[in-house]
Amino acid sequence: MSNKPHILVKGAGVAGMTAAVTLAERGGVVTLYDSGGRVGAGASWMAGGMLAPWCEAESAPPEVTEQSIESVDWWAAHVTDVTRAGSLVLAPARDVGEIARFGRRTSHFETIDGAEIARLEPDLAGRFHKGLFFTDEGHVDPRKALVALLARLEALGGKAVFSAANEPDETGFDWVVDCTGLNVRQDLPTLRGVRGEMLLLRCPDVELHRPVRMLHPRIPIYIVPRADHVFMVGATMIESENAGGMTVRSMTELLNAAWTLHPGFAEAEILEMGTGLRPSYPDNMPRVVQDGRRVFVNGMYRHGFLLSPARAREAADIIFGRAA
Amino acid sequence: MTALFYGVELSSPLMLGTAQYPSPDILRDAVLAAEPGVVTVSLRRESAGERAGQAFWTLIRDLGVPVLPNTAGCHTVKEAVTTAHMAREVFGTDWVKLEVIGELDTLQPDVFGLVEAARILTEDGFKVFPYTTEDLVVAERLLAAGCEVLMPWGAPIGSGKGLNNVFGLRALRAHFPDVPLVVDAGIGVPSHAAQALELGYDAVLINTAVAKAGDPAVMARAFRLAVEAGSLARKADPMEERDMAAPSTPVVGKAMLA
Repeated sequence: MSNKPHILVKGAGVAGMTAAVTLAERGGVVTLYDSGGRVGAGASWMAGGMLAPWCEAESAPPEVTEQSIESVDWWAAHVTDVTRAGSLVLAPARDVGEIARFGRRTSHFETIDGAEIARLEPDLAGRFHKGLFFTDEGHVDPRKALVALLARLEALGGKAVFSAANEPDETGFDWVVDCTGLNVRQDLPTLRGVRGEMLLLRCPDVELHRPVRMLHPRIPIYIVPRADHVFMVGATMIESENAGGMTVRSMTELLNAAWTLHPGFAEAEILEMGTGLRPSYPDNMPRVVQDGRRVFVNGMYRHGFLLSPARAREAADIIFGRAA
Repeated sequence: MTALFYGVELSSPLMLGTAQYPSPDILRDAVLAAEPGVVTVSLRRESAGERAGQAFWTLIRDLGVPVLPNTAGCHTVKEAVTTAHMAREVFGTDWVKLEVIGELDTLQPDVFGLVEAARILTEDGFKVFPYTTEDLVVAERLLAAGCEVLMPWGAPIGSGKGLNNVFGLRALRAHFPDVPLVVDAGIGVPSHAAQALELGYDAVLINTAVAKAGDPAVMARAFRLAVEAGSLARKADPMEERDMAAPSTPVVGKAMLA
């Protein structure tokens, strides 16, 4: 018992939750702390939850795809409601050329026609004539997933402290794993925030079974179905650290994309408008940085759910040695 | 022969936009490969408010290339003027690329608002680079409003269609032989950039064509070579076009046909 390391994980976003669970599974005595008062108080709560290693290759370096393929399995093993129904890439008729470009830069998809689109998503019948179907991708509800990871951590004997008044004293721990994003800019000075905005809509008139990316040369947008006819529509990418409310411009862009996908969204109820700042390094790739007995896991950018399982493993390897 | 932009000679006729790159690191690689004379940077108002874009602007300043801030995304004179003032404060320059967008689908400039905003800004000491059409009358009005540079579009922003109205661009060049002219918007591939310089344009502004290429740094280098080729071609005084073949060696022993 005495040789089990006591580890303080700071930050209960996706980076911290995956790290806490991974460390507890490797035998650490884990205390999770977040000053935000709950799990997912930061940008992770606004995430799309697309487990899309191959789609991301359109704009991300190949490492993102390589390192995120395992994450689909990791999430499926840790939370119950991972949906593995693939993802669809579509474009409005006038932007259909964007599909060819997307296809040139990605792999692991089938090019499908209108009939196949209608078979996969009957509500989109007759609306689109060409698309890409990434068969092996999945999606997860980020909020349910984070809550499920907290339950998993507690089942493994970890404990969570969500009160800023009771911040644990770091000196009582063998290791501190810091996953607090932009809060540690003094330690990680190249970090910056990239603003993202998202909407949650409830729309009983539309049914989708998998995430849909709507391509457009200026504003690519995705729509991810959640339970109970709720849809997440996201997300803007703005080089700004303004965490204030959503702008009319962004809202218009997001709603236009939803409406273009299916006019039934016109009747949707707007449940939530969310804004978050994605902690990002200059290459937009997350890093694990060791500083003595402190390990920083940070810079998830827009790939928190995709890349955090691999980064959590990397952090655990520093503390426990490389796993066999 | 080299154009002066408000008295300043640029190190290259390539102006490079900084939006839409996959990451700041890739942007830096593209700038290193392009060796541009200036980089443009957009100050969306939501970034400018309370200096929220500071982290990104620091990255831009650290590129070590002169910065030409722009008012991209502004649809009214008031918005554009406010954004220009923010830009002056943030980047410490009185240069501003003025955009007043008039139509959402083509991002065509609102030339009426543009002239008005240009007048307001030049009276306030700004050195305005107006994003305009190739219209000669609008060009006159912009010069009368105090602009000393014109930036006509080649084609709609981000369309990559190249020089849509070569005749119009040629006419603009011919009408204003002493005004620095920059083709802004619509350039898709390096040959378009070379063509603009061959037409006698003093610079080109590229953003999407580099940022959205599969390998932005390689495309940036291709554009650097293209502007060099176009500039050299212009200096070398290209031959005139002809309708019929002109044999480069005498055709001996053949009948001369009329």
